[in-house]
Amino acid sequence: MSTATAPFLEHLLAGQKIVAAEPAAWVNRLRAEALECAHQLALPTTRDEDWRFTDLSPLYRLAFRPAAAAARLDAAALAPFAVPEAAHRLVFVDGHFSAALSTPPAAGSAVAALPLAAALGPHGEVVHARLARIAEFREHAFRAVNTAYLHDGAFVLAPRNHGEAAPLHLLFVATQADATAQPRVLVVAEPGADLTVIEDYVSTHDGAHYTNAVTEIDVGANGRVRHVRLQRESRAAFHTATAAVRLDRDASYHAVSVAVGARISRLDHHVVHAAEGTFCSLDGLALLGGRQLADTHSFVDHAVPNTGGRQLHKTVVADGARAVFNGRVLVRPGAQGTNSAQESRNLLLSDRAQVDTKPQLEIFADDVKCSHGATVGQLEAEELFYLESRGIGGEAARNLLTYGFAAEIVGHIPVPSLVRALRETVLARTGAKE
Amino acid sequence: MIRDNAPVILDVRNLSAKVGGAEILRGISLTVRAGEVHAIMGPNGSGKSTFAKALAGHPAYEVTGGEALFEGRNLFEMRADERARAGFFLGFQYPVEIPGVANEQFLRLAYNTVQGARGKDELDPLEFDDFVREKMKFLDMDPRFLERSVNEGFSGGEKKRNEILQMALLEPRLAFLDETDSGLDIDALRIVANGVNRLLTPDNAVVLVTHYQRLLNYIVPDYVHVMERGRIVKTGGRDLALELESRGYDWVGAKAAA
Repeated sequence: MSTATAPFLEHLLAGQKIVAAEPAAWVNRLRAEALECAHQLALPTTRDEDWRFTDLSPLYRLAFRPAAAAARLDAAALAPFAVPEAAHRLVFVDGHFSAALSTPPAAGSAVAALPLAAALGPHGEVVHARLARIAEFREHAFRAVNTAYLHDGAFVLAPRNHGEAAPLHLLFVATQADATAQPRVLVVAEPGADLTVIEDYVSTHDGAHYTNAVTEIDVGANGRVRHVRLQRESRAAFHTATAAVRLDRDASYHAVSVAVGARISRLDHHVVHAAEGTFCSLDGLALLGGRQLADTHSFVDHAVPNTGGRQLHKTVVADGARAVFNGRVLVRPGAQGTNSAQESRNLLLSDRAQVDTKPQLEIFADDVKCSHGATVGQLEAEELFYLESRGIGGEAARNLLTYGFAAEIVGHIPVPSLVRALRETVLARTGAKE
Repeated sequence: MIRDNAPVILDVRNLSAKVGGAEILRGISLTVRAGEVHAIMGPNGSGKSTFAKALAGHPAYEVTGGEALFEGRNLFEMRADERARAGFFLGFQYPVEIPGVANEQFLRLAYNTVQGARGKDELDPLEFDDFVREKMKFLDMDPRFLERSVNEGFSGGEKKRNEILQMALLEPRLAFLDETDSGLDIDALRIVANGVNRLLTPDNAVVLVTHYQRLLNYIVPDYVHVMERGRIVKTGGRDLALELESRGYDWVGAKAAA
């Protein structure tokens, strides 16, 4: 381990020994193995190819401690983050489940949503078969750290052939400055189930804190999961995260991921097409200003024939901010009939703003359709002229187009109240006139 | 309607323009007075769309000679948005899609910007919503087109109706409608044409750029001009359009060259 990152990791893991042992022996073994990995694995630096553009040294200089057990939080403090469409929500305060603030489905409801620790009893086999198996931690330091802390995550289970209309809201609230949280999510859609999950990271203060999240989503045959991932933390926060998805036969997964917060954020978004007939759409938006950096590394693995994927990743980068996108698409040998389209579109609003975007297509089958495209730059001249031809000139035209550029992704979110709330955020950030 | 004493709205003299280095307009002249309907016809590549875009101020079209006066003001000294606020309207042949911007948001901003420039009252979102829905009725447009992104996923006919809706909202002095009839079936053509007819007054004027005379059965022109190689080579009444329909364009060019 490099000496520069050692004290940081030491602090990060200092709280691990206070995590209580679980009754399920396999969980304790998993944690122990992950802890061992966390000590063995080096934390990434810009010398690692995968982290070339994302320098975490500002994070490594900090000595954050795990957040103390759920700080008291008034329900009113969560009002700005309310999602009226969501019939149920689980709230985690600084990484700890808050029963007082949560409104889980009643026991016996079709959809189960409960803290992971509580799920080990009634759903032990379902959890055991999936936890830490979709998001591999043995080669990845941050996932290993998260797994070493396994305790309080969210567990969501949609049973066979159940279609759930109301989205489920998983709200992760950071209330303490200079603290770390290790959120964990496991979503299981059984065959034929249909579910919408909102994974939402927020802060109630403007200070620094660190979130290191791991989410695993398993979509059974013919199942469908819509996943809204919002990272709207304090602009001084640090956020590292993995979202790993596995799709069984004819399953589909539709993700919209929005990053507007954090000083430095990184999302590794992995989708494995494990069986034929699967489809995924990944939409991403990073809206950045000041000295923010947001990095999305996606990896779509077409492991078998006849799978499809579509991806549109957009960034709007102002001031001295920086956006990073690496879109890896792997078509494995024999994965004929793969249909994949990826687009990375980036808008720079200042001379100091920076974007690093890289499609990474690795294609080992010949009967496939894979496209990719990347643009970095200014607004579309034809769109600008269209507005001007209607009398809308100068800054008003540019602001409206900048707004539209970002709002297109927001519009793909299948939850109207979030679309409205995020459009407000985009309006405020782009200066467009309502 | 032709009136000899009607004020001149647009006076183009000897206009030349380039696009991508190629000279497309070669000394075109056109005078449009209030109350008039003009049709500009001509084969593909004759410069009809270039003429429309150069007048509207598209940045890719470089004016290399001649002048254009719009109600006495030099059009080429105005930015594109200033021309629009002054009352020049271009109906696009291919209306631009703007993903992420709701049509109503766009229409309201355009309307209020133009109203503000004319010293008239702007409308708040609720007032505007009522106002625009009334206008949409005449074009048989579904109000759901207000919530959708500007032109995104609209059919050809829906895009053209949206253009005429903008014309109805902005009430221009001069509307230059570039191939507004292309891509329309007969029902849509009738609706769009009726929409334009409703907007005609003795104080404004319309120039229809079209390839076919079909549209002119519905919007009857006072003048028909034939463009070829960047100039108007023949001007006549509406009978000229019918003659072009039966005889094609070749005879006009042959005559002009002779």
